[in-house]
Amino acid sequence: MELNQLTAYQLAELYQKNGCTQKDAVDSLKKAIETKDRDARQIHAYVTAENLSPRHRKAEKTSKPSLWGVPIAIKDNICVEGEEITCGSKILKGFVSPYNATVIEKLLNAGAIVLGRTNMDEFAFGSSCETSCYGPTRNPRDPERVPGGSSGGSAAAVADHTAIAALGSDTGGSIRQPAAFCGVVGMKPTYGRVSRYGLIAFASSLDQIGPITKDVRDNAMILNAIAGYDTKDSSSANVPVPDYMEFLGKSIKGMKIGKPKEYFAAGLGGETEKIINQSIDKLKSLGAEIVDVSLPHTSYSVNVYYIVAPSEASSNLARFDGVRFGFRDKSAKTLLEMYENSRGQGFGAEVKRRIILGTYSLSSGYYDAYYLKAMKVRTKIKDDFDQAFKKVDAIVTPTAPSPAFKLGEKTTNPLEMYLSDIYTISANLAGVPAISLPCGLASKLPIGIQFMGKPFDEGNLYKLAHAFEQAK
Amino acid sequence: MSDIDLKHIARLSRLHLTDEEIRYFQTQVAQILAFVDKLKEVDVKDVEPTSHPLALQNVFREDTVVPSLAIEEFLKKSPRARGRFFEVPKIIEDNA
Repeated sequence: MELNQLTAYQLAELYQKNGCTQKDAVDSLKKAIETKDRDARQIHAYVTAENLSPRHRKAEKTSKPSLWGVPIAIKDNICVEGEEITCGSKILKGFVSPYNATVIEKLLNAGAIVLGRTNMDEFAFGSSCETSCYGPTRNPRDPERVPGGSSGGSAAAVADHTAIAALGSDTGGSIRQPAAFCGVVGMKPTYGRVSRYGLIAFASSLDQIGPITKDVRDNAMILNAIAGYDTKDSSSANVPVPDYMEFLGKSIKGMKIGKPKEYFAAGLGGETEKIINQSIDKLKSLGAEIVDVSLPHTSYSVNVYYIVAPSEASSNLARFDGVRFGFRDKSAKTLLEMYENSRGQGFGAEVKRRIILGTYSLSSGYYDAYYLKAMKVRTKIKDDFDQAFKKVDAIVTPTAPSPAFKLGEKTTNPLEMYLSDIYTISANLAGVPAISLPCGLASKLPIGIQFMGKPFDEGNLYKLAHAFEQAK
Repeated sequence: MSDIDLKHIARLSRLHLTDEEIRYFQTQVAQILAFVDKLKEVDVKDVEPTSHPLALQNVFREDTVVPSLAIEEFLKKSPRARGRFFEVPKIIEDNA
């Protein structure tokens, strides 16, 4: 087997036996990236397959398998010092990050190698990875289809073995939905679990960074390295980080898992529903107790999200004004013209749409009716989770209502695109952790199952996910 | 809902939109807002707003100087800088 096809843990075990060098691993990946970049499938998981300059730091080799020497691909919205970072947007083309994000510092300190920037929807606004200024990423399982978004490049790279593992970011499902579409594992940690310092902000009350990996063990190993309090991110939580690897290989007998009726109502159907129900039976056979629960405000989550997320985004994206960095319309005669033209020419259609929506929701006369109202309904959604978690240890749902859709299928109808995140958005609004992992195939396309947990209870999600994965 | 003044919103957003873009967004934004209008159904009397999922209060740190990148590093990122300043088109009239 080629090294690029290994999981992070398998590669780490190989290092323990001195079975290969770091250079072997990097070369294997570089070759895979370069070869696959040119093949007819046009997967295009990376923003560029050229100038792949691996970053690493001298670190003592560990005495047991770890991230030491493991190459990890990074979504194009996480800062790597000395590397171009664009968020898939023309407005940032050519911008070179002057510092490392905290997650990058942590990976490098753990001995990992940072290799390659993965493609994404522009500013992470999207569910299909079709809005990047570099062009779309395609799904390695079926190149006619999207890989999901916005971390579509990270999920596609891991699925296509052009990455051992990757980091993504998740604001409304941007790690989990592409992980589901590409048949890999994606974790959105609890809000505050992972520092966002150096993540280009989309919606600050929702964004989280998390790992996208080939299996659950790799995912736990990476979260171990990146989780934790950071004084540079005032929204990071000062809560101790357990060793997530300790949760693997444990029995889930007696674990109470909630099945929210609202997620299995209208909208879901066909093969996805069948596969999810079979998966729930598998959980039962592993000794878990399935409990019916209700999250009554579920049907409002997309509505709340499309007020809250664009509002925060319109504010966060105000910094892209052509003054301090990024693209500037140099022909503009006045300051106002310079702002308007730089942004008008630098941003793509979906970004403009969301800035307009967000600005409208926050504008005088509409704030109470939209933004304030949405924040109040958000409280109700969060209360639903608090109530449910009094009865159960975790909640099981599908990750997405359908398998990967075709390129172009939803680009002309934003509302339809937004609805593909219907099962993932609530976890961001409530701030709870959630993991997606493969649970079956519908006409050869991967289906993802989602487990949501109590705040800061990623450990039990890994326990559950690992037991489920190993029982295949 | 269809009477949203997109030109006004675009101006507030400091975002130049072409006439074609305005036509294109007009319908879409109206559809999205009609969709989110479903929130009107929810009774939120006496409900506190959630702006943030964590129960965080103000986060303070010691008021001490810590090392940061040199000003020059940031000025290098600007499309136009001079000396220690970012340069933009003239904003003060000559006769002011």
